[in-house]
Amino acid sequence: MKKIISLLIAAVLMLSLAGCGSSPADEKRIPTEEILESFGLDPELFSDYDYDRFYGQEITLNVANWGEYMSINDDEMVDVNEVFEALTGIEVNYKTYASNETLYSKLLSGGATYDIIIPSDYMISKMISEDMLQKLDWNNIPNTANVMPSFLHAQYDPNDEYSVPYLWGMVAIIYNAAMIDDEIDSWGALWDEKYAGNILMFNNPRDAFGIAQAYLGYSLNTESEAELDRCFELLRQQKEIVQGYVMDEIFDKMEGGSAAIAPYYVGDAVVMCEDNPDLDYVIPKEGTNWFVDAMCIPATAENKEAAEMYINFLCEPEIALANSEYVGYSTPNAVTYSLLDDEVKNDEKRYPSDEFLSEHTEVFINLSDGTNAYMQNLWNQLKIDNTNVWFVPIFLVLLIAATIFVNVWRARKKKRDNF
Amino acid sequence: MKASKALAVPYAVWVLIFTVVPLALVVWFAITDSDGSLTLENIFAMSDYMSVLFRSILFAIIATVICLIIAFPAAYIISRASAINQSTLIVLLMVPMWINFLLRTYAWMTLLEQNGLINKLLGLIGLGPYNLINNSGAVILGMVYNYLPFMILPLYSVMVKIDHSIIEAAQDLGSNKVRLVRKVLLPLSMPGISTGVIAVFVPSVSTFIISRMLGGGTNDLIGDLIEMQFSGNSYNPHLGSAMALVLMIIVLFMMSLFNQFGSEEDMPI
Repeated sequence: MKKIISLLIAAVLMLSLAGCGSSPADEKRIPTEEILESFGLDPELFSDYDYDRFYGQEITLNVANWGEYMSINDDEMVDVNEVFEALTGIEVNYKTYASNETLYSKLLSGGATYDIIIPSDYMISKMISEDMLQKLDWNNIPNTANVMPSFLHAQYDPNDEYSVPYLWGMVAIIYNAAMIDDEIDSWGALWDEKYAGNILMFNNPRDAFGIAQAYLGYSLNTESEAELDRCFELLRQQKEIVQGYVMDEIFDKMEGGSAAIAPYYVGDAVVMCEDNPDLDYVIPKEGTNWFVDAMCIPATAENKEAAEMYINFLCEPEIALANSEYVGYSTPNAVTYSLLDDEVKNDEKRYPSDEFLSEHTEVFINLSDGTNAYMQNLWNQLKIDNTNVWFVPIFLVLLIAATIFVNVWRARKKKRDNF
Repeated sequence: MKASKALAVPYAVWVLIFTVVPLALVVWFAITDSDGSLTLENIFAMSDYMSVLFRSILFAIIATVICLIIAFPAAYIISRASAINQSTLIVLLMVPMWINFLLRTYAWMTLLEQNGLINKLLGLIGLGPYNLINNSGAVILGMVYNYLPFMILPLYSVMVKIDHSIIEAAQDLGSNKVRLVRKVLLPLSMPGISTGVIAVFVPSVSTFIISRMLGGGTNDLIGDLIEMQFSGNSYNPHLGSAMALVLMIIVLFMMSLFNQFGSEEDMPI
């Protein structure tokens, strides 16, 4: 019995060694159509880009993206990274980050080298101004022809040199119709005392101030300290009736009916509405923030050409469709848009008209360092402002009492020990 | 003698690379500005945040005291149980710690929400709903829940070594229960208490995720503030380091104060 097992093991070992023998470069890649069909994709819709140019060269691509922001690891949907790996032979090392700012500080501290990042509009302009991005070679990304014209020459990248839009959306008010009687159409609902204790708010300064700015009719990119002060007053007023400041926690809270009303991104609102039929969302009449997340290549990237191939791949209509459907955000890809269901296509909250976008929305651009610091400082004040002024005195008294106690106690102990 | 010293080299190198150097970096960042020139501005700027610093310390003290009050009898009961029961109880205590700390805190969110399990159960008998989450009580609860095992375990490991005959002797000599605890158990378990207090207080005072999840962002602590300097709107590692440095010094001071009366209780009776 033992002999048979050892023979088997030897055979397996030999086979695996034989496998190693033929270098991957010699392997012939199966034809593109077969790969695509094995993933249930339509080869007709794929461009004839030469995705196999790096096949067998054992290149690894480091991709950093927002959490839950790409169609991967879902059994019911196509895993886009697996398709890319099968097509190109390039290994994708996929990482996620939680905010533009964490991505920025990761890149700045030099602790991470990424080949692809997908930051938002204002962060892209900040990174461009700090020379953190590489210019893209458009010859390597022919699929950018699919990008809708309204996304070209964006404020954050006026010459279209550094970024290719990935997904976009707006900030909406999401509310629970079972807990709210009025018709919601204004940011003012977030300041309505009727909903005290049932209001959630963004837990980051830029988005939170953005709502106050939209409500007051200011520019979302204002550099005026007086306007920011006015927004701060408004936010402080709101703090009295806010249940909590949240980011991703909003999914649990809104879906579970623990809060009635909150601002959030449209794509995520779509996902929440699917999970809880009581929920609905609306774009407030005062206007809102229109955000675009776009693919960029950091200056420190090592595989620029492979990274451009990846960007081109993500612009393939069916791949962009999978991502848009998985994430719930809107696509900037014209061909992908034509593949959508009519119901989604005509949904004005997900695909508003160009006029609506230009009249009622504003994209964040990078603020000056001074304004950023000023806003952060106001935000700190808002968050730590505590009505109880007794904390400091109580603490000091406790500390002094402890010191006295220790000293008295030691003196007594000494006395006792002397006996 | 030499051989045993050589064995300590890996640890010394470890401490040097992962403790001393980062600590020096924190100090360096705290006393420089973004141009790299020396400044005390960051430290002075801390005065704006003193209230949040003291609130963090207050919360941590409350959590530590509650942990101690719960853990002391619990550890005593475990240490007096039969050998088999002891190991079962310790495993029961450890099991929750095998589950990721974030998941456990998320579970508390589901329990405490206005539509959460507790309020639903109370609703069945006609009570509530109560506002259980997004307040300071929930934050302290989160700290107590997450760090309680760190108090029980050192207490248990000290108490299990207390010879039962000492307790019997005290009882034989007519000591009542209060006296027994005060004069015998408390002094003998002092090393466990001081380890436990540090193990609970230090992570509590610097936590940021508990206050964000259970405090709903309305009860920010110093840990949140430090985190925001690195991942917030304006990237300011200098102010963040200054905050961390001030927090570290205050905690160090408090720990040394605590150890002063801890160490003398230590003496053999």
